[in-house]
Formats: sequence, C-alpha cells, structure tokens
Amino acid sequence: MSTTGYENWAVDLKDVGAVYPFQGSEGVLVLIAVALWIVWHIVQIKNENKEIEYEKQHNHRKENIEQSVDRY
Amino acid sequence: MDGNLNALTTVFTEFYYWVTVVFMFLIHVGFCMYEVGASRRRNHLHTLMKNTMLIPLVTITFFFFGWWIYWAFPNGPFINGGLELEAGAANLPWADTMSTNLGDRITGVFWAAFLLFSWTAASIVSGAVIERIRSGAFWIHAVLIGSVFWIIDASWGWHYGGWMVQILGYHDAYASGVIHAVAGGYALGVLVVLGPRLGKFASDGTPRDIPPHNVWMVTIGLFMIYTGFWGFYAACNVPIIAPSGIDGQIIGETWTATNIYLAPTTLSAITFNFLMSLSGGLLMAYVVSKGDAFWTYSGGLAGIITASAGNDLYHPIQAMFIGGAGTWCAYKLHFIVERKFKIDDAVGAVAVHGYAGFIGLVICGFVLWGAPASPYEGYATISPWGQFAGAVIMFFVLGFVPAWIVSKIMAACNMLRVPQEVELLGLDFSTDEAYRNAVADVQSAEKSMA
Repeated sequence: MSTTGYENWAVDLKDVGAVYPFQGSEGVLVLIAVALWIVWHIVQIKNENKEIEYEKQHNHRKENIEQSVDRY
Repeated sequence: MDGNLNALTTVFTEFYYWVTVVFMFLIHVGFCMYEVGASRRRNHLHTLMKNTMLIPLVTITFFFFGWWIYWAFPNGPFINGGLELEAGAANLPWADTMSTNLGDRITGVFWAAFLLFSWTAASIVSGAVIERIRSGAFWIHAVLIGSVFWIIDASWGWHYGGWMVQILGYHDAYASGVIHAVAGGYALGVLVVLGPRLGKFASDGTPRDIPPHNVWMVTIGLFMIYTGFWGFYAACNVPIIAPSGIDGQIIGETWTATNIYLAPTTLSAITFNFLMSLSGGLLMAYVVSKGDAFWTYSGGLAGIITASAGNDLYHPIQAMFIGGAGTWCAYKLHFIVERKFKIDDAVGAVAVHGYAGFIGLVICGFVLWGAPASPYEGYATISPWGQFAGAVIMFFVLGFVPAWIVSKIMAACNMLRVPQEVELLGLDFSTDEAYRNAVADVQSAEKSMA
C-alpha cells in the first residue's frame, strides 16, 4: 500500500502521469487551502488593527511625533 | 563520449551542475550579509571573516577527503558492507578524474555542487554562534561539519546505494535532514557547551532580545539565500538520464530527470513545491511572529526546509501545508528551548534548519508512506519509522553528539570561547582601533598641508 499509488519503480515512464500522494483529494485540498487563505487575511487584519490602535494611543504625545519626524 | 547524443547529454549535465554552483554562491553571500546584519557593530569584521574563511578551509578538506567519504562510506562502513574502495578510488585527491580530464566531464562539477552544500552546512552553524566563539574553534567545527559529518550522512542517506536508503527506506530528496537537520543538530551541540552571549539572559533566567544591528541586511541576506536555494534544489537532481543509465527497475526508453536517488521526478514538480512551501512558511511565520521581519523571512526558509524531504513527490498544496506546519513548530520550539535550556541561538539556525528539517523528515514518512525510496529492487519503501530513525541519526547521531564532544574538548583546552572582557569590548576592538588611528593619522597629515 503506497500513498502515491506506486510501490516500486518497475514501470515504463511513458505510461506514468501524476505521482503525488493521496490522488483524488485535490478538491478537498484546494477547499482547505482557500479557507486558510481567507483566515490568514482575517487574522492579519485583526493583528494590524491592534498595532494601529497601539500607535494611535501614542499619537497625542507631541514629543513622540517630533521624534518620529526627526528620524525621517 | 560515444556519439553526438551522448556528448550533448554529458555537456548539458556538466553545464547544468556548473550553473547550480554559481547560484549556490548566493547562499553564502546571503549567509554573510545575514550574520553581519545580526551581529553588533563591534563584532562585524570577525563575524564576516569567520564565515568567509570557512570557504577555503572546507573546500580544500572536501577535496582532500570529504568527496572520498561520500563514495566510500555508503555501507557505513560495516553496517551494510565494507568500504567501497573501488568507487572511492576515483574520488581520491590524487585520482586523475579529480583533475583536468577530457574523459571525465562530470566529477568536477558534481564535486563542486556537493562542496557548496558543505559550505551551507558549516554556514548554518556559523550564524548560531556569533559574537563569542573563537574563530579558530569555529573553523575546526566548520571542517568537521562541512567535510566529515554531513558528507557521512550524505553517503548513508543521500547516495543511491546508501545503507539508510536500502534498509530504512530513507527519503530526503532536497535535504531536510541531510543538510539542515544535521547542521542544526550540530549547531545545538556547540551552543550547549558554548553558552549564551553576555547579557542574553537576566539573572532570573528571562531571555532578552538582542536585536540585529541592521534588519535590512538580515532580510536581504535571507532573500539571497532564497535565490541560491534554487541552485541547491536543481543540484539535488540528475537533469536527464535514460532508464538504461539508471540500471534499476524502470523499463522502457523514456528519459527523465531524477532525484539524487535516481528516482523519477521533474523540475516542474520541484518548482511548484519550492514556491508553495516557501509561501506556506512565509504566511505562517508572518502571523505567528506578528509581522516580525526576521522571523517572517526565516519562516520562508523553514517552510522550504520542512517540505524538502518529499518535495520531489508532494502535491503543491501539500507542500504549502507542510511548510506552514513545520514553520509553526520551529518558531514555537525556538522560544521554548531558549527559555527552558538557556540556549542562545543568535539567528534561529537550530530552529529553522534543525527542528524544521527533523519535523520535515517525520512528516514525509507519513505522507509518502509505502512509496518507493529508490528505483532499485529490494530497497525498503518510505515509512514513518524509517524517516524518524533517519531524523534521529541526522540531528543527534551525526549532528548534536559529535559537536558536543568536540566542543567539550575545546572548552577544556580553553580554546572555544573568547574571554569575557574581550566579548564586552568587542571582537573587532584592535581592528577598530587601528582604523581610528589610521584615520586620525591621515587626517592630521592632510590638514598640515592645508
């Protein structure tokens, strides 16, 4: 039993196509991957919101703004 | 070369490996930039020279004996047979095939491709130990990992007749273990004895961050390593070979590219999987590190390294998942080990190479379970236990243990670490002082002429 469908290489390569493991699961893999891609954006935006909130809290201090501007 | 087709294939193969060597030079440029960027200003030149001088030292020792080890040691020796003296003979430094020879156009470029892997193995260790190891001690370690221990593991697990491939069904197409786990394990063995940089841990054991002096250099260095990694991947393949040249189980007359074990794959497959595992690692590292540039770039590498063992066969989405999973584990393990065992891995090399490589081997055992490790009859197929045993051999037996023993000996001889006052002053103190004096001297001379 092999996840790739091949237990040895006693084959004629002209007859061989895809050799990746778990063939037939591509549709599920794509669905999971797309879901994770969307989750990534949600998590990233949440993290960015927190970062921006932190930076906004320091915005009212004139010295912080001047230091940042001076830093160029 | 007999016939034009044979000549064309040979010269194409020769040129193919030559190009990979040029690409792989970028890995070393990247490592130098990355290490210097991570070091503090008072240690720049020592950091740079420590990594630069491993180039000639590993090169000459790999010519003297490293390349012979690869061809002579596939049986252990004495695990699955004796020394392969006949195969080794053509790769001894005095063999006429190791020279300008119109009858052998492949040995030189193949030797060089493996040599660049050797530099990488040594360079992985180099980054972890910056700012406190003595250069003399590091260069001995560089020769040991670059020209002895990694090439023993290559002979065992990255040679078409290696005993690990035959008995364990060990599969590591793009070197998760053969380069990365062994070098990461070796770095950890040195770090355990070497100890952390001064100030790395507070008196209660809490680790302090020692930020890179130049994040730009670090990230561009890692970008360079990504670029060189393409050469590394290509160099792990045989670009074109006929089934009769493999002389294994494959029948028919369809020529193919193969992995290092002479099992069929395609450049297209590894291009898909390189990019998808890189992406999996980058996406995971960005989220888990909350956008930290150093760890995001390192995560890209960790993603590729985790998927490398099976990137000749994985589906691209599998490569992406595996890259992401390995990166998450490597990142978490870095901080757990740092806090619990007080290990100061300055560039995260043990995590990115060692842990990711180890995990990648184990995952490969499950995902490619039952697939053939080789085109030759009688070899074990890929399995979780074979891959786990292989990971332990790579990380601990050939990496951690020898590094720990040699470092202990060096420490006992007081030649491993620079004295505390020198570490505080900076390793470049005398060079910097000479520079300041020279500048003052020439300025004074020029002003006197005004």
